[in-house]
Amino acid sequence: MYWNQSFECMNREELRELQSRRLVDTINQVYHNVPYYRNLMQQRGLVPEDIGGIEDLHLLPFTTKRDLRENYPYGLFAVPLSEIVRIHASSGTTGRPTVVGYTRQDIINWSELMARTLTSGGTTKESVIQVAYGYGLFTGGLGVHYGAERVGASVIPISGGNTKRQAMLMRDFGTTVLACTPSYALHLAETIDEMNIRRDELKLKYGIFGAEPWSEALRQELENKLNISAIDIYGLSEVIGPGVASECQCKAGLHIAEDFFIAEIIDPDTCEVLGEGEVGELVLTTINKEGLPVIRYRTRDITSLNYSLCDCGRTHVRMNKILGRTDDMLIIRGVNVFPSQIESILMEIGDTKPHYQLIVDRVNNLDCLEVWVEVSEELFSDEVRKLEDLNRKITREIQGTLGLSVKVRLVEPRTIERSEGKAKRVIDKRIL
Amino acid sequence: MLVQQVSVFVENKKGRLAGVTDVLAKNNIDICAISIADTTNFGILRMIADKPELATEKLKEAGYTVSTTQVIAIEVADRPGGLNEILMILRDNDISIEYLYSFVRRPTENALILFRVEETERALEVLKQSGVKIVCQDEIYSLQ
Repeated sequence: MYWNQSFECMNREELRELQSRRLVDTINQVYHNVPYYRNLMQQRGLVPEDIGGIEDLHLLPFTTKRDLRENYPYGLFAVPLSEIVRIHASSGTTGRPTVVGYTRQDIINWSELMARTLTSGGTTKESVIQVAYGYGLFTGGLGVHYGAERVGASVIPISGGNTKRQAMLMRDFGTTVLACTPSYALHLAETIDEMNIRRDELKLKYGIFGAEPWSEALRQELENKLNISAIDIYGLSEVIGPGVASECQCKAGLHIAEDFFIAEIIDPDTCEVLGEGEVGELVLTTINKEGLPVIRYRTRDITSLNYSLCDCGRTHVRMNKILGRTDDMLIIRGVNVFPSQIESILMEIGDTKPHYQLIVDRVNNLDCLEVWVEVSEELFSDEVRKLEDLNRKITREIQGTLGLSVKVRLVEPRTIERSEGKAKRVIDKRIL
Repeated sequence: MLVQQVSVFVENKKGRLAGVTDVLAKNNIDICAISIADTTNFGILRMIADKPELATEKLKEAGYTVSTTQVIAIEVADRPGGLNEILMILRDNDISIEYLYSFVRRPTENALILFRVEETERALEVLKQSGVKIVCQDEIYSLQ
């Protein structure tokens, strides 16, 4: 099942020509409208005419999350704010979020991409889709929502949380497609059992799961428990949000929408471009975006590419499941978390940096984050009230920054394991 | 007029308290009075020791978070209403107590009350004026 067969199954030679043409347009656009990119290109002695097509991509500079942060909030936008109709943001590494903007056309294109994703996941205009990704600044909820409306499905914009109500509405409204993070899907499956809702009372057929890494084993479990076919979807707000790549029903890699994005794999240390099948960092260039085009965006996600023709008939390159990250970013309930964010909060509370550790676990299939903070002399007080205030303050600051509930525990000095003198910042107990 | 109290941060885990007393025992430090404030996850051990500087130093060496605080020590008669008289004075003067603990001294049958208030100087003044016996550090040790 395709949403847009002519593009999704485009002959690869034609696709390459289209990519080249769109890349040239994008380079002209950023050179003339984004001073930051113009400077970067000038530093390399590049003018737009030097980029004749996809073969010249390697000449261009990379973009990182840091570049977005340094240009906070709107510095990398390629259009005036009057042309921007939507702003989303994801958490940044030091408290400042990463801000992305969409023009009216970007929203139309994003909906198109999500329509393709949802269609390959089994959604049709007959579907009743329950969107349990978070709505708001996070791109997940609204991204799926617009795509589902484009397909013409009946959309239940329930957002995340309130799991019992989700289960009840899933039964009563006859939901056929569930879109959420895989860990939340599992939690929902168990809640359905707890509520004694029988599988034959549900009409659920498909799952559209993403926003966090998950394993083949978890897919099996979800498919069995919910009696569905589940696909993995991939995206990141810096590039557009969900809709960048998605599995088809063959479930053998995620097709990257190559008419919108050019994918490369690089060696994260040398930045050398790697060949098909080689494992490295995924780099994406947007070639059909107006509000915030990004050139060679380093996703920090580790994967490999497969250009062989898929059984589904789509010609677009497939990326394998994400193997890990090149940085220390954690994804907790779909929220990006960097240990450095917590570190900067703790540094603001005390003058010196306390030792801390993040303990990530999955309890009842829900990710939970515990932050252990060693009580230094500076933080210590002989009054319980003050220590409890400290605990609450740290909790509040972290929750405020991450938008994620967290449990803070004050621990004795040297409780946190040091390896070679350096404290281990993260213990991830989740089995993904 | 104040007494030096040693406070230690202790996690609410099996054996943690023994870890502290072990350090003290090995260094021949005598505990004159002790109290623990506990919450779900952690506790604060507060004590009056005969060698507060040494106790602080050795506990820090052993990796504990330690602080010293000046607390007020007073003597009250160990009989019904003894403590009440003191608390009434503080209440009437609008002085709020952060925490309090006590121990009974055998030879005199008087009780020693240790407490920390928000306004230490004013509390001392008020107590003195009311004729309450304020106990200093050396007196506590000599009573052992």
